[in-house]
Amino acid sequence: MLEVKNISLSFGAVQALHDISFGVDQGEILAIIGPNGAGKSSMLNVINGFYTPDSGTILFKGVSRAKMEPAEVARAGVARTFQNIALFRGMTTLDNIMTGRNTKMSKNFLWQALHFGPARNEELEHRRKAEEIIDFLEIQAIRKTIVSRLPYGLQKRVELGRALAAEPELLLLDEPMAGMNTEEKEDMCRFILDVNDHFGTTIALIEHDMGVVMDISDRVVVLDYGQKIADGSPSEVRADKHVIDAYLGVSGN
Amino acid sequence: MLYRETGQYKSSYAADQQIFPIAQDRYLFWAFMVFACVVPPLFGNDYLFQVILFPVMCLGLCALGLNILTGYAGQISLGTGGFMAIGAYSFFKITTSFPELNILVVFLLAGLISAIFGVLIGIPSLRIKGFYLAVTTLAAQFFVEWCINRIDWLSDYSPSSTIGAPPRELFGILVMGPDAPSWAKYLLMLGIVFVLTLCAKNLVRGRIGRSWMAIRDMDIAAELIGIRPLATKLSAFAIGSFYIGIGGAMYVMFYLENVDPEAFGIFVTSFPVLFMIMIGGLGSILGSYLGAAFIVLMPVFLRNFFPLLQIDIPSHVIQHVEYMLFGGLIIFFLIVEPAGLARLWQIVKEKLRQWPFPY
Repeated sequence: MLEVKNISLSFGAVQALHDISFGVDQGEILAIIGPNGAGKSSMLNVINGFYTPDSGTILFKGVSRAKMEPAEVARAGVARTFQNIALFRGMTTLDNIMTGRNTKMSKNFLWQALHFGPARNEELEHRRKAEEIIDFLEIQAIRKTIVSRLPYGLQKRVELGRALAAEPELLLLDEPMAGMNTEEKEDMCRFILDVNDHFGTTIALIEHDMGVVMDISDRVVVLDYGQKIADGSPSEVRADKHVIDAYLGVSGN
Repeated sequence: MLYRETGQYKSSYAADQQIFPIAQDRYLFWAFMVFACVVPPLFGNDYLFQVILFPVMCLGLCALGLNILTGYAGQISLGTGGFMAIGAYSFFKITTSFPELNILVVFLLAGLISAIFGVLIGIPSLRIKGFYLAVTTLAAQFFVEWCINRIDWLSDYSPSSTIGAPPRELFGILVMGPDAPSWAKYLLMLGIVFVLTLCAKNLVRGRIGRSWMAIRDMDIAAELIGIRPLATKLSAFAIGSFYIGIGGAMYVMFYLENVDPEAFGIFVTSFPVLFMIMIGGLGSILGSYLGAAFIVLMPVFLRNFFPLLQIDIPSHVIQHVEYMLFGGLIIFFLIVEPAGLARLWQIVKEKLRQWPFPY
């Protein structure tokens, strides 16, 4: 459903991505891995329009785009979470998740100011959808808590909820397990698999925990120094010589 | 004991999303509104109206407008005085050109003109952020001050660009001008303030309010989930300026009644209104009015406080003491409770819920 073709991106003299091509198939879980600075986050930022690539094209659902505003990409059905949590800190869990549905709401501000008739019905209907996500992620008890007061693991979960609220077709997760303990990681893995299963969402994720990557992903793309060095099933990638070299280093002789 | 929500179950999202989900809050609010409608018109004297109620309502509305812009959408503005002036002078021009026009319509038009200027001033906000944006809004302040001083047409060629409140009726009752009774002005203002505040509350709890807060809290994430930054910021500028414009028009037409351009200077309007939302609470509708009440009542209190203690202080000294205490209090508030009076009220309610058991 997503086709990345010959993407190159550089910041000044630093070549972040070099001629990268890969595809994401409908309904799969794709992991993008690589050592620090390999260009994984840059790749996600290119996909959702935050960076404009120097060259190359991106096809999403068969439509190509050269340059697109992030807001438009989001409206087209791509949602994401961030490496460092990017929740709206002053708002409640419920409001954060409702904000994820903002693009689906349309009533103009006069109706909203009256909070009557169509605007009110719209608000209630979206509240019902938001509550489904709250139930799904098991965060009922914190729905009216300001998110800056929540512990880290829950904030990550709320952020996933906010991304899900947009009912995306493609979900980009930037290190969803970073900084979590084993139990939280297990929860998060279960949620990711459930999302894929339950909503049929295609997922592309960046992760450093190799155990997690090998367990949950259908396919793995490996980047190193802005180059793609491997692409295949977890077991293929694990056996790939380039990947082993990139992670463990190459001996001098 | 009295303030307990135990047993108040919500069985629908509509019930859960009402403005005051806790019944006691609801009763208290309506009791306050009935009190506000009945008691001052029956028992109030001119001192109460002129010195306390009128400025609190007008400046509270302006503070609400600034709070939408700064507290909810995170765009700092120092141009409040300019927008108040736009509202006031627009109101004056429209009502003197079309004396037959219903003054509620004129208020609406004055607000709309102010909103249009707000959008123009807001355009740089996409590129300019924080304190730098505050400086660009200063340009609005000085530009408007210059206009009302230099363009005589705006004040109908009156000497020193003064404008005054013309006598106007609403539903056959004289509500504006020097001969209008205070209670009539008061009730009309109360009505306007109530309706506009209700609309503001509805806006901030709906889609638009959430997109404002999203832009305030983390603009990049907001953009990546599909919120258009420019449209959102401009809507905050438009609606904030609309409120400030109407507040400014009321400030002149009901409270001051006769003003020259000096009344819209940055030190008499923009900064005090900014202090109101800082002391009252950024991102709180109640806070806008609490802040306005605090800033208006503080000097009144100080003026009456020293004579009460039988301490003979000359009035000009009191004025200096006022300034000193004022500055001190603002610093005190920013250190002790940066979230303002609205947060204090929140804390009181949380304590009350547990009272008399502290756990």
